[in-house]
Amino acid sequence: MDASAHSATDTHAKSMTGADIVVSCLNEEKVKFVFGYPGGAVLHIYDALYKQNGFKHILVRHEQAAVHAADAYSRATGDVGVALVTSGPGATNAVTGIATAYMDSIPMVVISGQVPVPAIGMDAFQEVDMVGVTRPCVKHNFLVKHVKDIAPTIKKAFFIAKTGRPGPVVVDIPKDITAHVADFIYPKTVEMRSYNPILKGHSGQIKKAVKLLLGAKRPMIYTGGGLVLGNGAAELVKLAKALNFPVTNTLMGLGGYPATDRQFVGMLGMHGTYEANMAMQHCDVLLAVGARFDDRVIGNPKHFSGQKRTIIHIDVDPSSISKRVKVDVPIVGDVQSVLADMNEILSQEENQTTDTADWWTQINEWRGIQSLDYAYSDTVIKPQYVVQKLWEVTKGEAYVTSDVGQHQMWAAQYYKFDKPRRWINSGGLGTMGVGLPYAMGCQFADKNAQVACITGEGSIQMNIQELSTCAQYGLPIKVILLNNRYLGMVRQWQEFFYENRYSESYMDSLPDFVKLAESYGHVGMNITNPADVEGALKEAFDKKDKFVFMNFLTDQAENVFPMVENGKGLSEMVLSPRTASRLKGEE
Amino acid sequence: MRHIISLLMENEAGALSRVAGLFSARGYNIESLTVAVTEDPTLSRMTIVTTGSDDVIEQIIKQLNKLIDVVKVLDLNDGKHIERELMLVKVKATGVHKDEMKRMCDIFRGRIIDVADNSYTIELTGSCSKLDAFIEAIDRSAILETVRTGASGIGRGDRILKV
Repeated sequence: MDASAHSATDTHAKSMTGADIVVSCLNEEKVKFVFGYPGGAVLHIYDALYKQNGFKHILVRHEQAAVHAADAYSRATGDVGVALVTSGPGATNAVTGIATAYMDSIPMVVISGQVPVPAIGMDAFQEVDMVGVTRPCVKHNFLVKHVKDIAPTIKKAFFIAKTGRPGPVVVDIPKDITAHVADFIYPKTVEMRSYNPILKGHSGQIKKAVKLLLGAKRPMIYTGGGLVLGNGAAELVKLAKALNFPVTNTLMGLGGYPATDRQFVGMLGMHGTYEANMAMQHCDVLLAVGARFDDRVIGNPKHFSGQKRTIIHIDVDPSSISKRVKVDVPIVGDVQSVLADMNEILSQEENQTTDTADWWTQINEWRGIQSLDYAYSDTVIKPQYVVQKLWEVTKGEAYVTSDVGQHQMWAAQYYKFDKPRRWINSGGLGTMGVGLPYAMGCQFADKNAQVACITGEGSIQMNIQELSTCAQYGLPIKVILLNNRYLGMVRQWQEFFYENRYSESYMDSLPDFVKLAESYGHVGMNITNPADVEGALKEAFDKKDKFVFMNFLTDQAENVFPMVENGKGLSEMVLSPRTASRLKGEE
Repeated sequence: MRHIISLLMENEAGALSRVAGLFSARGYNIESLTVAVTEDPTLSRMTIVTTGSDDVIEQIIKQLNKLIDVVKVLDLNDGKHIERELMLVKVKATGVHKDEMKRMCDIFRGRIIDVADNSYTIELTGSCSKLDAFIEAIDRSAILETVRTGASGIGRGDRILKV
């Protein structure tokens, strides 16, 4: 592998151990934080990082949290997240974090220790085939077998992780080679004959796309996580504004277009707004940017394709194009570059006006249904209300992380994200337990920022041990626990599809979260009265240097609406009973 | 439809398992898969025989291209090509079978490469369907053992898969 990595012409290469090389590589990459947990196979590396003062090591309480925190750090900053774990159980604990990052295309380098080279395959203590275990959930992985290969491999790992469609890369390093000595030369560039991502979009296709957009009567722009990760939001706003087109974001794409803008029709998909899903279904020209038409977004693909429309799809990954839905104008390339080209071509067009007045009338009619309307109560706290108040109290500027379930959907529906990289959640894998470590990653990314972790009492307990990490590093995160004593989304499906048989979805024997938080030196708050919600949030965010755990006791029976049931078409939404009866009354 | 996909990949440890893993993880069919090093020792060439609709084959090609170790992918069915597979068959060579096997072997242009007291081992090369036809043509009960390499393929004339 050293043949393809160009060596720098550094004449005073320093001789050092493999462990020092690992640490030096990370400093060459200007890594600021490494999230990790020590163990036998990485002891040499931990000794080497003790002796340096480049990056800061963050000691978590479980390897899964290290990877999630590195993942969130990357989502918030755009830099490559880095995690360091030991072999065997350290490595397998990291796998959920790696798979989570893989599903959402997050650039990350995970360094795992391995048993010494001669012990590989001998069922040695704390041995696991990390390269084999992670193969299906990494962009690429490496097992380094010689000390001289460490630097070129780490160089490649960072290059692969952040270019093209980003993703996690695992570098598995046996303990013995971290003790061996070699000259340290960090390659300046990487060249790989087998890996050359396409960045520039095909100009003919882009011209064709602009023509189609200008001729659209019922246009729609649908953007996903790729727009956020590809830093294409500014170009997209420019394009959408010039054309006066409606925009929807996927769960992963929130913040890609400002949610408070008139042209934003809300999130689409299983729990998307009525107007977003209807516009998606009934548009005549669809521009998809960094999105992948997945099952939670378009519902039944047959139903979706039953309606005729011309689809333009921009994505950096050719395999995302025409995977679930056939597209008419595929454009492979970096979203930012392609959108900039589109804006350029558009600005040269003589007639840039589009005739979308009738379409906007239709969309506003759909909007008028107010599918996100919910019944406020002055006796029991509605979870939607908490999120709305959180948005107000934080002025819409917080980093918001979530776990997975009902609270995640309410966070996505009711917190209006105006900026990219502020909404941090596990969209693809749907990993419960990410919320708190994600909040840690965000707080390290921006130490003065407001960071809120919206969670449920099921999810938060999956990585609750990180309360200790937050105490150690003085992270002033605010946990917004929407505590309904149920695994809410499971309960909702059981109510709808299993005749109210609430099998194992009730959360019993919950800890006293206030006391639990206090035991770590944090502030804990119980909020049970709707009238106290806003005041409590203000009080919490006023404690700028304190970690505050807010336990909101919320309505146990609340459900997420609208909902596209599994296997149904996008326009076949079930509206909330309240919205449905209001519409009936209006008839 | 049946497709023969040729690919060049880095001759690195684990490259084969990445390809095999891709097929099982995404539920694609593999009829056969063969791999060996090329004249350039840093490259391996693989031939995969698979079946699927046009959409599935398109995805297979894209997903293969996405693997970091894969240098080039070619669907041989996009043009004229040749496929060959090698089969070794051990058959009973006693009584009526003795002459019959020799005759069938000649008709299919095979070679008897091992003769034992009670058996012949026949070597046969050709397209997969030719090898299937041989198995169909001989008396099933006379077959003691078969081993097939899986198909190798190459484009005709100017169709060259090279880095």
